[in-house]
Amino acid sequence: MAQSPKASPQPEAHITVMRSELGRVRGLGSAKSGVHHWWAERVTSIALVPLTIWFVFSAIHLLGAPHEAVLAWFYSPVTTVLMLCLVIATFHHMHLGLQVVIEDYVHTESTRFISLLLLRGITALLALLAIVSILKLGL
Amino acid sequence: MPETRDALLIGRNTEGKRVRRPLSPHLQVYRPQITSVLSIVHRATGIALSAGTLLLVWWLVAAATGPDAYAGVQGFIGSPIGWLLMFCWTVALWYHFFAGIRHLIWDAGYGYEKREYHASGKAVVIAAAACAVFTLFIGFAIAYG
Repeated sequence: MAQSPKASPQPEAHITVMRSELGRVRGLGSAKSGVHHWWAERVTSIALVPLTIWFVFSAIHLLGAPHEAVLAWFYSPVTTVLMLCLVIATFHHMHLGLQVVIEDYVHTESTRFISLLLLRGITALLALLAIVSILKLGL
Repeated sequence: MPETRDALLIGRNTEGKRVRRPLSPHLQVYRPQITSVLSIVHRATGIALSAGTLLLVWWLVAAATGPDAYAGVQGFIGSPIGWLLMFCWTVALWYHFFAGIRHLIWDAGYGYEKREYHASGKAVVIAAAACAVFTLFIGFAIAYG
């Protein structure tokens, strides 16, 4: 049955950009983990408020202090736990922040992918170095 | 994925005509304002502090390695370059700290009036400067007192 041609050339509420479901999922928008990223950045920043104050005014006493004084400061479960919290929150927060910087300024897909991989790798290495050092000093 | 980005930039104006959505002008187009400058400084200090984690990790690894390694990192921190870096990171840390709290207050839904965000911007700068001076003063007193 042949349909008669419609009078209006284009309905108003019709999206004319052709994108498959898969294309939409892999593309930009809410299908990615934007909310989690945003939320994790806020949670780590709230944690870092007291941790930063504690660290600055605790570690400042170690300026110029001998190695034994540093060992004595670290040799306390409270210091060990707070330092671990500080380092984990710092590197998580740093990773989230620098990821956005890369996504904002690196537009070539391949360079961006490699930059994000490098960021992930360097962050993980630095965080692990810090965590193992703190554990070695504290345990 | 340039084609996806292009597709997302297509929209309709109020008359229903298909148009390319406008992009924000680049930084150099705007006259600097307290809002934009503080925002840029927040990101810049975040990047600087990320670089600062290298010294934090070096300090921790050296402390866990032994007295000789620790003397190495302490010598670096006590050198003129070390002091300069510590000065910059102290300022950057307190700025990012207070500007971050300002962001959290915005996230909670407060402070969006022009009068409010101008006042909070000035408060961030003053608080960061005060804390940086205070921290550096204590640092000098401990190192040379």
